[in-house]
Amino acid sequence: MAFVRPLLDPSPRPPPVPGSLPPPSADLPRPIAEPPIGSDLSQNPFDSSSRLSNASARLRVDYNSGDRVLFPEPGSADSFRRVSGSRTAVRHGSGAESDRFGVASLREISDEDARFVYIGDPARTNERFQFTGNSIRTGKYSVFTFIPRNLFEQFHRVAYIYFLIIAILNQLPSSPSSDGYEDWRRHRADRIENNRTAYVLSDGEFRPKLWKDVRVGEIIRVRSNESLPCDMVLLSTSDPTGVAYVQTINLDGESNLKTRYAKQETLSKVPEKDPVTGVIRCEQPNRNIYGFHANMDIQGKKVSLGASNIVLRGCEIKNTAWVVGVAVYAGRETKVMLNSSGAPSKRSRLETHMNRETMLLAFILVAMCSIVSIFAGIWLRNHKDELDYSPYFRKKDFSEKEEENYNYDGIGAEVAYRFLMSIIVFQIMIPISLYISMELVRLGQAYLMIQDRNLFDETTNSRLQCRALNINEDLGQIKYVFSDKTGTLTQNKMEFQCASISGVDYQAEMDPLSADHADCSVRVGDQFWRPKMRVNVNTDLVKLLRSGHGREERKYVYDFFLALSACNTINSKLIDYQGESPDEQALVYAAAAYGFVLVERTSGHIVVDILGNRQRFDILGLHEFDSDRKRMSVIVGCPDKTVKLFVKGADNSMLGVLEESLDLDVVQATKNHLHAYSSLGLRTLVVGIRELTGGEFHEWKSSYERASTTLFGRSKALRLVASNVESHLHILGASGIEDKLQDGVPEAIESLREAGIKVWVLTGDKQETAISIGFSCKLLTTNMDQIVINSHSKEACRRSLEDAMAMSRKHLQMVHDAGRISLALIIDGTSLVHILENELEEELFKVATACDVVLCCRVSRTEDMTLAIGDGANDVSMIQMADVGIGISGQEGRQAVMASDFAMGQFRFLVPLLLVHGHWNYQRMSYMIVYNFYRNAVFVFVLFWYILYTGFSLSTAITEWSSVLYSIIYTALPTIVVGILDKDLSRKTLLKYPQLYGAGQREEGYNLNVFLLTMVDTIWQSAAIYFIPYLAYRNSTVDGSSIGNIWTLGVVILVNVHLAMDLFRWTWISHVVIWGCIVATWICVIVIDSSLSCPASALFWLCLLGILVVGMIPRFALKSFRGYFFPSDIRIGRELEKAGGYYEAVAGSIEMRPVVGAGGARS
Amino acid sequence: MNSGDGGGAVAAAAAVTAAASTSAANGSADAAAPRRNSKRPKYSRFTQQELPACKPILTPQWVISAFAVVSIIFVPIGVASLLASRDVVEIVYRYDSDCVPASWASDKLAYIQNPNISKTCTRTLTVPKRMKSPIYVYYQLDNFYQNHRRYVKSRNDWQLRDASKANDTSGCDPEDAAGGNPIVPCGLIAWSLFNDTYRFTVSNSNLPVNKKGISWKSDRDHKFGKDVYPRNFQNGTVIGGAKLNSSIPLSEQEDLIVWMRTAALPTFRKLYGKIEVDLQANQTITVTIENYYNTYEFGGKKKLVLSTASWLGGKNDFLGLAYLIVGGLCFFLAAAFTIIYLVKPRKLGDPTYLSWNRNPGGH
Repeated sequence: MAFVRPLLDPSPRPPPVPGSLPPPSADLPRPIAEPPIGSDLSQNPFDSSSRLSNASARLRVDYNSGDRVLFPEPGSADSFRRVSGSRTAVRHGSGAESDRFGVASLREISDEDARFVYIGDPARTNERFQFTGNSIRTGKYSVFTFIPRNLFEQFHRVAYIYFLIIAILNQLPSSPSSDGYEDWRRHRADRIENNRTAYVLSDGEFRPKLWKDVRVGEIIRVRSNESLPCDMVLLSTSDPTGVAYVQTINLDGESNLKTRYAKQETLSKVPEKDPVTGVIRCEQPNRNIYGFHANMDIQGKKVSLGASNIVLRGCEIKNTAWVVGVAVYAGRETKVMLNSSGAPSKRSRLETHMNRETMLLAFILVAMCSIVSIFAGIWLRNHKDELDYSPYFRKKDFSEKEEENYNYDGIGAEVAYRFLMSIIVFQIMIPISLYISMELVRLGQAYLMIQDRNLFDETTNSRLQCRALNINEDLGQIKYVFSDKTGTLTQNKMEFQCASISGVDYQAEMDPLSADHADCSVRVGDQFWRPKMRVNVNTDLVKLLRSGHGREERKYVYDFFLALSACNTINSKLIDYQGESPDEQALVYAAAAYGFVLVERTSGHIVVDILGNRQRFDILGLHEFDSDRKRMSVIVGCPDKTVKLFVKGADNSMLGVLEESLDLDVVQATKNHLHAYSSLGLRTLVVGIRELTGGEFHEWKSSYERASTTLFGRSKALRLVASNVESHLHILGASGIEDKLQDGVPEAIESLREAGIKVWVLTGDKQETAISIGFSCKLLTTNMDQIVINSHSKEACRRSLEDAMAMSRKHLQMVHDAGRISLALIIDGTSLVHILENELEEELFKVATACDVVLCCRVSRTEDMTLAIGDGANDVSMIQMADVGIGISGQEGRQAVMASDFAMGQFRFLVPLLLVHGHWNYQRMSYMIVYNFYRNAVFVFVLFWYILYTGFSLSTAITEWSSVLYSIIYTALPTIVVGILDKDLSRKTLLKYPQLYGAGQREEGYNLNVFLLTMVDTIWQSAAIYFIPYLAYRNSTVDGSSIGNIWTLGVVILVNVHLAMDLFRWTWISHVVIWGCIVATWICVIVIDSSLSCPASALFWLCLLGILVVGMIPRFALKSFRGYFFPSDIRIGRELEKAGGYYEAVAGSIEMRPVVGAGGARS
Repeated sequence: MNSGDGGGAVAAAAAVTAAASTSAANGSADAAAPRRNSKRPKYSRFTQQELPACKPILTPQWVISAFAVVSIIFVPIGVASLLASRDVVEIVYRYDSDCVPASWASDKLAYIQNPNISKTCTRTLTVPKRMKSPIYVYYQLDNFYQNHRRYVKSRNDWQLRDASKANDTSGCDPEDAAGGNPIVPCGLIAWSLFNDTYRFTVSNSNLPVNKKGISWKSDRDHKFGKDVYPRNFQNGTVIGGAKLNSSIPLSEQEDLIVWMRTAALPTFRKLYGKIEVDLQANQTITVTIENYYNTYEFGGKKKLVLSTASWLGGKNDFLGLAYLIVGGLCFFLAAAFTIIYLVKPRKLGDPTYLSWNRNPGGH
């Protein structure tokens, strides 16, 4: 019944965003990230794993979330793709263009799959199917389902099933009250939400209506700053062009405004006077918040609707006076509600193991019960003839006329009865209280982690968040860290660093002159505005632009920056550029710094303030980025009536469409620059231009219009049109954008690697960039041997893999000789695909596991503890699948944080989180579990020994009160306090010697051997507790309760002293708790017995002393012997600390690691 | 401040009025904002887990001294206990089969159940060593499970304590009522009250046995009522043991009180009385036993015990031996540890012992 947590198996629920796309049909634009490889691979992410179910080493490549893994897209591609950090970033008909040309998908939705929404006619809409109302319920339980469902939830734990049996036996109901309270609170929140007011069109005017009464098909008006009551398709907005701005922070956490568009066909209608009639056929409710497919039949015209036409519940309308829309999904069918089902709950590794031992204890328990009942049967048979009248058994009841058996139904029944009774007597063997203690301890640990000032991020003003409370101790056992790169290792603040324009390299100077900034401010009304992002500029370039009129280069530079400010999808609002891609933002800000300030962007034109002159450019066409082309282009009608095509894209996709023959030198120079940039770890983009002649433009226009009216395969047709026009380009130049590493990342990764954690970074950058980044963050070091696999054919792949195998074998041999050189495997996406297609996974896996660093792919072994850290929506599935998911609460939104178990501000906090808190938590929790098992078992064994001397009749000398109070008052508090507060090593030592983390990885704190050894000790201790008084008081007048008191006190003192001996740090709290517990027990025993006359006797005291010493000797001796002659790392660390206090007093703390310094100084 | 930061609402774009740059002011405002409502955890030694603490390590010095201290304490205690136990003079006489006439030897049960046969049995005991008063007279029963679950529970403490609770016989089955009336004291324990009696004579003079104060004072005062009188006791079909004088309150029925404090183990002694005269070595005591109590039913043994007491109680060598052995063992351990420590010393806090330093390269 062990709960094995599948690591990368498909989660029971589809992961929120990426996993739950509707099945891609042929003409549906495929999610960008899906690689155009064998569809069996892309569609069936786990196929490969089944082929590979080779027991010990399983390699699983998570295609589903690993978009960047398979396709390390050249440099800048990432910037295009990265729309709100999601891989499902295809725009389904983008706004104005789709209005004009009807681009949006006209995919037919078959009638059975579709839901029909009759606009403004909820009665008809709901006639055929009763669509869900708008009332929501987030509480897990209802009045009727509470008890059964709660019980089901509770039974996830083995011990709770056991507990139920005990409860039935004892007729004690369990009280899941805290769950109930939580749920009641949720119900209350729901009630408030359901009773908010929306304005719904009825009888020609908008009238207030409660949210819960809103029905699908109704027309609703929402004003600025109001929340949307349900998912609705926009019909019209206060903006004449039908634009509405929504803030989706509640949905995906992104604070920037998104634009949504009403369709041209409806935006002019005033709903009050001119009711819109029509039918919307839309897809069934799903949880994809970035996608929507629908058609609208209106006035006999068929209009397609996409994600840009729908506004979702949970969002707020901003900067738009009002919007009118028709409800299409309501209540629990809204996308936000479908997404709100929490992350699949995780169970800590330790707890899984604990369940195994719980089963073992249950087995011991059953064995003990069997022994007692069987011996009882034998005893009864042997004494069969004596029991009728024996004074202590008196089987016969002769108080009545006829002699009957009193309370006796034969040996068989008696044995069965004894068995059940013994379960009750020995039930404490399974430490139910442990589960409660564990919850409390985790709560305490979480509190201390949250309170840790070293985990506080100043820049985002955020503490650590513990979102999952049951995997604290997993933090101490991590073996693999999978890290997202952008935004996690890096700040995701793109900075324009350098440009290569027509073959000339311009590097930005590090120290921007403030004068340059004043120059690029823009006059709006009577105010000057300047972009809020400072960009380092190259003074030569600035000079060239300002004064180099007439020079040949200036033309290229001019076009280059014009391209940068025109060829993007950035929204400009008072020079505050909001876009979904940070790279584009960086480029636009860079252009602005050089005097090309994008002032305004509408669907039809842009206004650019060029070096003080405001110019208007018509946007004649826009080809959005897609994963096949890896570039975007825009066709611009310039003020001088020329038509220019600007193209911006990833270098390998751009170099193919350049007209190389025209400027061979420039292309070559640019290539060299690109290589240099990416070697510096910069993200590169290439910009090209072509002037279109009138003929070309018209040709393009007609083919574009034709393509966009195609019903089937439209996106393909559009792609073709784009590819056709994006050719014969002149190269303008290339840009290099730096994504700065976060503070302390290199040190953090180094620490993690020293701690024996394998760090795998997942990136979409090109190989050179990735390697460079790897070096700069010390993931790769120069003394590492690198295995680079980047072959482009199957055979070459096979060969390089064989070489790699040979190399890794050689390395493995070297381990036995001298010191070993670390290995790094760098593999690119294509090679990976080749390898996986050729079923070379086994070989790859062998190589990969031999390496210390693997760059570029997401590969995981199921048995090892994994931690995933990421910041964006594209990391969600990774975060949920890993044993521990960590979200960076950065800029990319809250999706990752919502899905994570822990959330923090900076990557470098991973070091204190794992090495310090993880280590502590693991050590505390593992000790606590072992101790709790021991503690309860000792007690049970004492009871057991006594029962052997009572004719197996299950009487106990220890009072029932003491049995109950034992794990509540007598021994509970010390273990909880120790579980929260004990520290084996100080923070400083743990950070100084990251290798100490290995204790958790090797499961030193808690494993089967520790458990078995403890159990042997348990039996010894219980024997000492029982037999010393037994032998000392044999043949004396001692009565049951007196000797029972000795046993009670003996158990409690021994168990607490045992804990005291294992305690690492004696604070005043530990003293109070441990000695307090013994005193409390003493008081309880006196109160329960009401006459404790025994203490007076010397025998009593000598018994207690004997119990204590005899019970502790083996453990103490073994512990001291081991600690001295076979010291664990922790022991050495403790000795170092003791000695270190002296050292530091003398020499000061010289050896402080920089990461400690940084962390400490910052907090 | 970055573009995605919600806090920078003011800073959508920094307004520059003419030439005067307000960026300085802005900067300070930005810096001030997070400081005002900083979520930064407050410092306390508790939350930062820096409480002052003692961090004991089991260094060899500590270990060796711990073992040495234990042996230093345990050996003298062991010797003292052993001496005390040896000082105790004990006379144990098993009489259950001895006191059955040879003619009944084959059917002891019939003998004990036959009310018409005299159960008196006179024996002589010799005092091996001088016995100083008080000499405790015990009866010892073997194989009598006074701790059996059925037996232990068969009593009602309320009834024993409170006269008004006489009818409360719950838990006393099957010895709760006789002839429809409740029994006081009810239950198997009271029913099976031991009823052998002993009389002692030394050189033809009566040796008085003091039966006062043989029970616990707390029991007399709190657990057995002064106004609770035996009622309807031993009126059933089968007599289990002693009868009680129904004119004496339970609190003064000391034999009952002693009996009702049930023994922990199946072999137990109960105090019968105290002889408050010294007995000299080789003195002969004549014991007259009224052998009423039926242990033949279940193969129990009955013994008469005369014993003096030491500060440690009765005669029991166990504790003394145990302390000596433990003390010796600790001494041995201390010695062994010292030797190993001298033979194979290790420098404490030496980083070369860290696992990654011992076998470099392998984690």
